[in-house]
Amino acid sequence: MSSPGTHPSVEIAPPPREIEREPLVLNNRSLAWISDQIAGIIEGKTPRWWWVMMACSLPLMLMCFAMIGYLISTGVGVWGLNHPIAWGWAIVNFVFWIGIGHAGTLISAVLFLLRQKWRTSINRAAEAMTIFAVMCAGIFPGIHVGRIWFAWWLFPLPNANGPIWPQFRSPLLWDVFAVSTYFTVSFLFWYMGLIPDLATIRDRCKGFIRKFAYGLFSLGWTGSNRHWSNYEKAYLLLAGLSTPLVLSVHSIVSFDFAVSQLPGWHTTIFPPYFVAGAIFSGFGMVLTLMIPLRSIFKLEDLLTIRHIELMCKVTLATGTIVGYAYGMEFFIAWYGGNPYEAYAFQNRAFGPYWWAYWIMISCNVITPQFFWFKKLRTNVVVVWVLSIFVNIGMWFERFVIVVTSLHRDYLPANWGYYSPTKVDVLTFIGTFGLFMVLFLLFIRFLPLIAISEVKGVTNQADPHHPLGGAKGGHH
Amino acid sequence: MSDNSQTYGLLAEFTTPADAMHAAEKIRDAGYSRWDVHTPFPIHGMDDAMGLKDSKVGWFSFCGGATGFTAGYLMVWFMNSVNYPIVVGGKPLFSPMFPFPVVYEMTILLSAFGALIGMLLLNRLPKLHHPLLKNRRFKGATHDKFYVIIETSDPRYIESETRELLESTGCKHMEMVED
Repeated sequence: MSSPGTHPSVEIAPPPREIEREPLVLNNRSLAWISDQIAGIIEGKTPRWWWVMMACSLPLMLMCFAMIGYLISTGVGVWGLNHPIAWGWAIVNFVFWIGIGHAGTLISAVLFLLRQKWRTSINRAAEAMTIFAVMCAGIFPGIHVGRIWFAWWLFPLPNANGPIWPQFRSPLLWDVFAVSTYFTVSFLFWYMGLIPDLATIRDRCKGFIRKFAYGLFSLGWTGSNRHWSNYEKAYLLLAGLSTPLVLSVHSIVSFDFAVSQLPGWHTTIFPPYFVAGAIFSGFGMVLTLMIPLRSIFKLEDLLTIRHIELMCKVTLATGTIVGYAYGMEFFIAWYGGNPYEAYAFQNRAFGPYWWAYWIMISCNVITPQFFWFKKLRTNVVVVWVLSIFVNIGMWFERFVIVVTSLHRDYLPANWGYYSPTKVDVLTFIGTFGLFMVLFLLFIRFLPLIAISEVKGVTNQADPHHPLGGAKGGHH
Repeated sequence: MSDNSQTYGLLAEFTTPADAMHAAEKIRDAGYSRWDVHTPFPIHGMDDAMGLKDSKVGWFSFCGGATGFTAGYLMVWFMNSVNYPIVVGGKPLFSPMFPFPVVYEMTILLSAFGALIGMLLLNRLPKLHHPLLKNRRFKGATHDKFYVIIETSDPRYIESETRELLESTGCKHMEMVED
């Protein structure tokens, strides 16, 4: 039926084999296969492991809520906080979870601007991870204020006590704006990316409730090119906006520490070092989540070994930056000539919290170095195990920064030792339950991989490629 | 124009992006105005093939950002130096420096809303009803097919001629879509 010869035909030579890239979707899968495979995850029967995971995560989540209830009804005394350490696990957990989120935005925004097409297989799940991680993070500063019923004072809202407004010179207030903006923009970006895929599911699914729900949230998307044109522009803008946003969020989180006068916190290296650490921990978490999902859902052709290798390389790069920052902090503590600063760092490595420091160093500096070896990068089991160590290490990094700097400041009369209580520990473990519940719901009801974006990077989608129907030259 | 009281447009189905793009070029050159291409993913080069102008979403985003920037500074200035002045460390009540992180975040926040809302407004979304969404065959538009639709309300639409034009593009299937 097609009519060759209507277009001026100029032969385009295929690229030489040696410079042809490995395809992002393996085995020349068709466009239909991509939507069948990804939408099939949602349409199929709920797998048994999903129920098992849910049964494990749900009680943890409820435990988290119970602990928060106990905290609110009793008071912050149920945590291990006391003078001199008023920022214990709550702030450690906050920074930990916020950091995890950063990989999602990096993958969805920064890699998009850099035209790294491999991001399409992982961006949806990574963005979901971002949103859920920020939700877990947001809990902690909220409940940390002590009298939680006044937490709304963090926001510039008019109140009945006369004109009383927040004090905008405080980095803690900057943090409120940074984190809430981060959550909102990440959510908008994620939702906008979902619209075409929700339409794909709307057009396939059976059952009134599903049709209605997916139809409602896909906003009547028809795949019109006039719409795609605006959509792509908006997507590009959101990516362009999220990039300075993600860099600013962890910089501002680091200002919580860096703007203070405390030895160990008062350092200018904090913003870039925090951002690198956040991306490092986030990629660790993406690997931890995606490697099991990939084999459970048979997504090896979409999430190829090359994807995992590339993520390992980002982890290696950011992990090395983090290692450099640790070294530089020590160098400046010595070279700066400030005895308090020097003591703070000496105390970090050899003081009462030496164990936390060395866990941090071994997990964050040594672990990523294994990714220099292709053999290890391409072994998913090894990568998965190492990614767990990255997660552990980054939690300890925040513990080291928060606790070791606070526990011994200028006056020895102010020194102390901090240990968490059971409530601290259970609340933190509970947030993993919350995270997993949200993530399990996500993989059950929403497309785990961006269907339309993955289609767009295949050869079948390229009108200038023979698989996309190109017969001769065009333009 | 033929009887267009019952019909929405003429729908042609293609199986490859290249065919859809060549069809779009022909329809553009034939001077149609009320027509569209529906694809499961954005096709690189289709905007040119359709003769679309650059999207205006950027202006919405810019207005959002400008609002966020101005509102951010005004808010901090009003709250911290007019309505509830607090002297901290003998520093001036207002300076453009200390609120910058807040203003920066508000600029990004409202630019992002501007981009999303601009996209939705320009696309006339959300839409609860569209004639194409009733069409069974059109479900391929979010799956693996490519469609060109020429609306019957297009001033150049003449059923026989439009049909002939679409046939010449090598479409695999053609049908009338009811309104």
